Amino acid sequence: MTAKLIIDGQEVGSRLFLGTGKFPDKSLIPQVIENSKAQVVTVALRRMNFEAQEENIINYIPDDCILMPNTSGARNAEEAVKIAKIARAAGCGDWVKIEVISDNKYLLPDNYETIKATEILVKEGFTVLPYMSPDLMVAKELEKVGAAAVMPLGAPIGTNRGLRTKELVRILIEEIEVPIIVDAGIGKPSDAAEAMELGAEAVLVNTAVATANDPVIIGEAFGQAVEAGHKAYLAGLGRTKKYASASSPLTGFLNEGAND
Amino acid sequence: MLIKVNGKEEEINEEITILQYLENKGVNPENIVIQYNGEIIDGEDVDEIILVANDNLEVLKFVGGG
Amino acid sequence: MSFYDKYLKWEDFDFAGYWKQLNDDDIEEILNQERLNTLDYLALLSPKAEKYLELMAQKAQKLTLKHFGKVVFLYTPLYLANYCVNQCLYCGFNVKENIERKKLNLSEIAKEAEAIANMGFRHILILTGESRKKTPVKYIKEAVELLTDYFDSIAIEIYPLEIDEYEELIAAGVDSLTIYQEVYNQEQYDRLHIAGPKRNYHFRLDAPERGCKAGMRAVNIGALLGLEDWRKEAFFTGIHAEYLQNNYLDVEVSLSVPRMRPHLGSFQPESKVEDENLVQILLASRLFLPRAGLNISTRERASLRDNLISLGITKMSANAKTSVGGYAESNTELDDDTCQFEISDNRTVNEVTTMLHKQGYQPVFKNWHIF
Repeated sequence: MTAKLIIDGQEVGSRLFLGTGKFPDKSLIPQVIENSKAQVVTVALRRMNFEAQEENIINYIPDDCILMPNTSGARNAEEAVKIAKIARAAGCGDWVKIEVISDNKYLLPDNYETIKATEILVKEGFTVLPYMSPDLMVAKELEKVGAAAVMPLGAPIGTNRGLRTKELVRILIEEIEVPIIVDAGIGKPSDAAEAMELGAEAVLVNTAVATANDPVIIGEAFGQAVEAGHKAYLAGLGRTKKYASASSPLTGFLNEGAND
Repeated sequence: MLIKVNGKEEEINEEITILQYLENKGVNPENIVIQYNGEIIDGEDVDEIILVANDNLEVLKFVGGG
Repeated sequence: MSFYDKYLKWEDFDFAGYWKQLNDDDIEEILNQERLNTLDYLALLSPKAEKYLELMAQKAQKLTLKHFGKVVFLYTPLYLANYCVNQCLYCGFNVKENIERKKLNLSEIAKEAEAIANMGFRHILILTGESRKKTPVKYIKEAVELLTDYFDSIAIEIYPLEIDEYEELIAAGVDSLTIYQEVYNQEQYDRLHIAGPKRNYHFRLDAPERGCKAGMRAVNIGALLGLEDWRKEAFFTGIHAEYLQNNYLDVEVSLSVPRMRPHLGSFQPESKVEDENLVQILLASRLFLPRAGLNISTRERASLRDNLISLGITKMSANAKTSVGGYAESNTELDDDTCQFEISDNRTVNEVTTMLHKQGYQPVFKNWHIF
């Protein structure tokens, strides 16, 4: 991990990615973005409701942000590809978060369809960040087909339960070369810090900020937690002297001369 | 004549462009996305394409999402 | 992308410069990390890391117990033939060596197999020299088909093959591949391999990967230590293993650390690898690749092998004969005339087993069985 976050060749200024769903008042969003210092901001695409027209979400997002439309609503690869293409045609840029959910009970991502969608969209020139259930073989496959980052869930979406998949995410961090971004489940700033201390390159937070009593302050707290966790990771946690060096029980034989 | 908008059938006047249709609905065409008979269309086309019977229109917009 | 691209990336790296700027803090820092990157591994192979061998050993032991438990897998080699068309300056099978050339026929192979199986082995490593004419794939395949009656797992250590040839042997019953690059340094490789198909560095380098692609269950690689600066050679072996692990998750990758032994012919090692150097290589490799198998052969003397077990060894050969027909043959004199290298640990299987039990380790003769 370098001190800078680079995704698909593009430098990203903040390791906190922010989702814009579930905000009680959209006008808070610019302030949340400013205070949290988030740069990558996700949005979703929906059919227009003519009866209840509201301000376009894009208008609340500062121009220097990287827009990352998600493919929420897609139940298979084909639908995800369609949504991604529409979003790009609408001027959202090349970034896309693949989110394919075919399970309405737990809202867990469909890893198989996610791989298929990733492969297609990479070929179409997208910068693809797939959201997935942390599974090493799937992550390897995503990397192989050209994912720009891999986004394992920390806990089921919207649950705010924290980094429940820690041991699996740790394996992905160790084995996958593209950035690992923990998405979903991060409920508290300390959860975000934990993911960063573990070596995640970034976290994506939405519900925990949007549904807090004060989204602006909590957004700021998340921004700080992400930075703190990343710094701790870079510094190397606790120089604990785990291996005492007083005696040489294992290598002493080397000093005993020709012992045969 | 009948066209389909966002999956629902709708009776509209003859000889109107997509832009006129949107304006009638009070929709600001900026930052919305139009899929016309399965194809995504650019801003300029909105003002040129005249709707005909059985057309399929998807009017999409960006909303909050994570 | 093949490992060759990775080799090229590091070929001109300033190894000496990197090792020189390391200080004690760097080494201690690395030993405190849970996971090592490529440069960390290189640092642990440095002269600076030499005084940290005990710390490395403690960590290596812990990691090995965590990933493998207290078991050592035992196997023995079976030399089918020693015909060879290559001229490798360091090898006793060199085409120019005037040794008795032999090739076992099927009934001789059956005799050897029976003798080996009677010692308790269920896994076998079969070897040939490189001669597609004398020991073609067809011959090896017939031998494998015969050996499946005696053994549950068959590994090959033969000349490098194409993917479809590996597939053919896998279909016949092979599940593991051992192939040593001998020398990773390409210039030195060219110097040491004077003639024969083995001159093709690239084809040999990619052989382990072709084995993975063909569906080998286990792949074992190594450099013949002593042919070139051992620190660099160990480094390339380690990153080669890492490359295979990363790209072929289903393959069990292991490393061997064969040291040059006196052998027929006049070539002697260029870079002396002392016991402490060998230990450093094993420990650095374990710390860099916690789940890789580490293999120590009977090239090494008994007392050293015994001491290495608790440092991270997971596989060892026992009661090995490196001559063709060495097991069923009663005349042991013959060994000395035609063996590929000298054996240093001549203990019987029972003696090795007893030694392992004494250290609290379980010898394993049968690791898996493919249905």
